[in-house]
Amino acid sequence: MASLIPCPHCGQRPREEFTVKGAALVRPAADAGRNAWLDYVYLRDNPRGRYDEHWHHTSGCRRWLVVTRDTATHEIEGARDTAARTETVE
Amino acid sequence: MTSYRLDKGGLIDRSKPLSFTFDGKGMIGVEGDSLASALLANGQMLLGRSFKYHRPRGVISAGASEPNALMTVAQGGRTEPNTRATMQELYEGLVAQSQNRWPSLNIDISSLNSLLSPFLSAGFYYKTFMWPAGLWERLYEPLIRRAAGLGKATYEADPDRYEKCWAHCDLLIVGGGATGLAAALTAGRAGARVILVDENAMIGGGLLSETATIGGVSAVEFAGRTVAELESLPNVQVLSRTTAFGWYDGNVFGAVERVQKHASEPRPEVPVERLWRIVAKQAILAAGAEERPLIFGGNDIPGVMMASAMRAYLNRYGVAPGKSVAVFTTNDSGYTLARDLEKAGLRLVAIVDSRRSGATAGVYEGSARIINGGFVPDAEGGKALSSITILQDGRKEKLAVDSLAMSGGFSPVVHLAYHRGGRPEWSDAEATFVAPEDHKGLSLAGAAAKASGLAGCLEAGARKAEALLGKLEIKADPAAFGAVEGDIVAAPTKPVWIIPGIKGKAFVDFQNDVHHRDIGLAVREGYGHVELAKRYTTNGMATDQGKLSNVNAIGLLAEARGVSPADVGTTTFRPFYTPVSFGALAGTSHGKHFQPVRKSPLHDWAVKNGATFVETGLWYRSAWFPLAGEKTWRESVDREAKNVRRNAGLCDVSMLGKIEITGKDAAEFLDRVYCNAFRKLPVGKARYGLMLREDGFIFDDGTTSRLEDERFFMTTTTAYAAGVMNHLEFCAQALWPELDVRLASVTDQWAQMAIAGPKSRLILQRIVDQDISNEAFPFLGAKDVSLFGGKLSGRLFRISFSGELAYELAVPAGYGEAAADALMEAGNEHGICAYGVEALSVLRIEKGHVTHNEINGTVVPTDLGFGKMVSATKVDFIGKRLLEREGLNDPNRLQLVGVVPLDSGTSFRSGAHVLEKGAEATLENDQGYISSSCYSPHVGSTIGLALVKRGSSRHGEEVQVWNGLLNEFTAARLCHPIFVDPANEKLKG
Ligand SMILES: [Zn+2]
Repeated sequence: MASLIPCPHCGQRPREEFTVKGAALVRPAADAGRNAWLDYVYLRDNPRGRYDEHWHHTSGCRRWLVVTRDTATHEIEGARDTAARTETVE
Repeated sequence: MTSYRLDKGGLIDRSKPLSFTFDGKGMIGVEGDSLASALLANGQMLLGRSFKYHRPRGVISAGASEPNALMTVAQGGRTEPNTRATMQELYEGLVAQSQNRWPSLNIDISSLNSLLSPFLSAGFYYKTFMWPAGLWERLYEPLIRRAAGLGKATYEADPDRYEKCWAHCDLLIVGGGATGLAAALTAGRAGARVILVDENAMIGGGLLSETATIGGVSAVEFAGRTVAELESLPNVQVLSRTTAFGWYDGNVFGAVERVQKHASEPRPEVPVERLWRIVAKQAILAAGAEERPLIFGGNDIPGVMMASAMRAYLNRYGVAPGKSVAVFTTNDSGYTLARDLEKAGLRLVAIVDSRRSGATAGVYEGSARIINGGFVPDAEGGKALSSITILQDGRKEKLAVDSLAMSGGFSPVVHLAYHRGGRPEWSDAEATFVAPEDHKGLSLAGAAAKASGLAGCLEAGARKAEALLGKLEIKADPAAFGAVEGDIVAAPTKPVWIIPGIKGKAFVDFQNDVHHRDIGLAVREGYGHVELAKRYTTNGMATDQGKLSNVNAIGLLAEARGVSPADVGTTTFRPFYTPVSFGALAGTSHGKHFQPVRKSPLHDWAVKNGATFVETGLWYRSAWFPLAGEKTWRESVDREAKNVRRNAGLCDVSMLGKIEITGKDAAEFLDRVYCNAFRKLPVGKARYGLMLREDGFIFDDGTTSRLEDERFFMTTTTAYAAGVMNHLEFCAQALWPELDVRLASVTDQWAQMAIAGPKSRLILQRIVDQDISNEAFPFLGAKDVSLFGGKLSGRLFRISFSGELAYELAVPAGYGEAAADALMEAGNEHGICAYGVEALSVLRIEKGHVTHNEINGTVVPTDLGFGKMVSATKVDFIGKRLLEREGLNDPNRLQLVGVVPLDSGTSFRSGAHVLEKGAEATLENDQGYISSSCYSPHVGSTIGLALVKRGSSRHGEEVQVWNGLLNEFTAARLCHPIFVDPANEKLKG
């Protein structure tokens, strides 16, 4: 129904403009072990509460963001560009 | 005027009559009426039948909580079932139908259910319709639905418009009563951006039924003046007829505005409903309090209603509730009504007060008979109330009345405050469930909090607005108002959950026909938990969501379990507060506006050439181009396919995804997103690429050309164009932000056409300025070309999906039609034809080329014979590591293979399964399935591509193809998947 996502490039925008991909994981190195790769592709923590996810501002700036969301309340804590490893917009 | 309309008083215009019908019977109301008040004014007390027992029902409330007076309003495509007559404004020509009755409201056969009621107790559906489970769909559910359904929706299309919009404000105020108005005025005068929403047509809430005065003017006039001032402020938006139905994360509120639901003939240029999403920095919930019904026998008989509702009909609508009235109350508020009834000159038979001490001193100065420490255990009557039984000190007495008001105290309306989780808590002092005043972003004020009385609400609203604006650093002075006179402030009293001495059915939930014994039964049968009791008894379900019944049900559960309501707790509050139409939720997204239509830049060219179109996703693609005399699509498709192999054809391929990839690391990037190598692709060359998912399965395929050292042009399949673009952006931004690579979707910028067939070069050379001979522009060439003697630039690719000598020409989208026209003209003497996606598909199946029929999420490169393409030397690419898994390299996997019927007169279809010759059609015997099939005019029979176990090593094997839907078996042979020119000589010629 609602949900606004604070895109660091476009400001607060409605959720309909975004596409969610899932947990914001770090891709293992090419030579990482088989288990690291299986974890990356298949295993998810599915926490109740704070969760970092990759969201794409598909109908906006087309940047991929790391959105910190509470899975129980849907409250969005902040979002940063996935390429900018630190800054978070609230 | 009819007998129940008072001569004077009320916010109605007696000089403006409105005619309407109820169950076909003509009636007259006046401007300002609700449908309910107009029906009551016409003496129509019986308004519907109840859900389960089909008992006669009237109107019990005057607002949003109405559980009984649900009717079907309007006709044709505008038919709206389950409309609350209390919320529907009357308009000229309104057509209303009662519900839940057969054959008529007066004679209803299902009211026999009342006699069967011992069998219709709580949990009845669960107990009766449990077994055999197989009968649910065929027998029980249709039966229950027919007997128990509320109104019926129409099958006709809704002719009206709906729209959605967003709004932003500093302070949103939900509820335009005394509290909300005081808050809005305070905030509005301070210059804050304010939105005030109220679900009624007139703003004012309880003030509109009030007889008290504020600062020397009537409450009604006070409301009018305040609204006028608010509307004069440019920073304030007042939305009447607007229900805030949900509170969501980000402090976004959903609201629906009924813009024209009160119009006889909605104006077509304005929507009938508008869905608002309001982003508020702060919000105040000033929704007031809901009066609780009392639970006694026959409390559902038409003529029994809430005291506050009766007061609204009397004061706001000028309607007498009856000719002899009694009031049954547990608190002082009942006396406000008593006073107003007497003032209006109505016969007040008695005030029954459950308190032995009676009213607070000074509250009532009238002359009615007062029965302190008294109860009404039963009301009597069929389709209308005729009498009540009074119990006082063990003595019973019958009083003849045709109208009874009841007041069991008040519960604050806190729903919105719990839409994001949490539950209100029981307060013994307030004798109800209360919510904390301040939630993050939403605060409660007025009667929704703990304030009582008009003066208390005005002050609470003003103070709350001041405080919240302070958080936004907006300085506000709380609005001040003159003295309030004539208001009775009712202090909370101990609730009376169940009236002693009941004989008849005492309803807790009117809409769902839950009576007090059902609650006891639920507890005895182990469903005493509040959430279980709700499901077991259905209390609090359906369209009213228990607005009148929930607190009483909790009180009864508490009594039955011997605990405090605090230990029972409430059920979960969820949006929507009141029903929201699908029309409002859909907004403009319906009919042809449900989704956009994408048309290729060559669409008009295709139309001109007589194309038959097919919808694929959002695209309209030309499927085939019938010529005069062709009777079936197959005739056209066969001709087109044959002509391409014999002469030439032109096909629109503009809808392929096109992505331009630039940057110093563009080649490296492609190397990582494709499983095959791209880094060494020479400038001027195209290469087929396979993109995997990270789990090793094929994601998409296409051709990518190197136009310059640091500029590539990628094509994707039509269906995955958007998905591939998103994926590449993810790779570039999230996985390898250190790579210098830029991506641009150019799908819409280029018109692209395939020119295929042995004569394609001859034709193309007529418009291409450069030499495109085989030597100058060999197979897999890709380059910028100039066209028409330098008039136009385009891109030419020598790639082939058909297996013929073929090219794809891309020109700027706006020139597509002209370029295609020119090619058709140039090709005329060479026999060129337009061909559509059907012929394209035939040509590709004949060549064993795969599409997403084969790349269906379950295949890896080796399955399709692409094993050698997968780079063994690249350090990394998407999908590399998990593609190494044993299961994905199992020789027993399904592999691509061709299939032909043994008898060319027989055929098979995609989706059919492959079995060994003579094998039974069982899961264990399954060898795979046909992924693509068509009639091949070149082979002269049906052909297919299939994914079959070890398929690549079974060429020549006889099998049977089984169509499970038709139970058909076709004898067939597995073969090489390339049916035409297996050596691939034609495309290189
Ligand atoms: Zn953005």
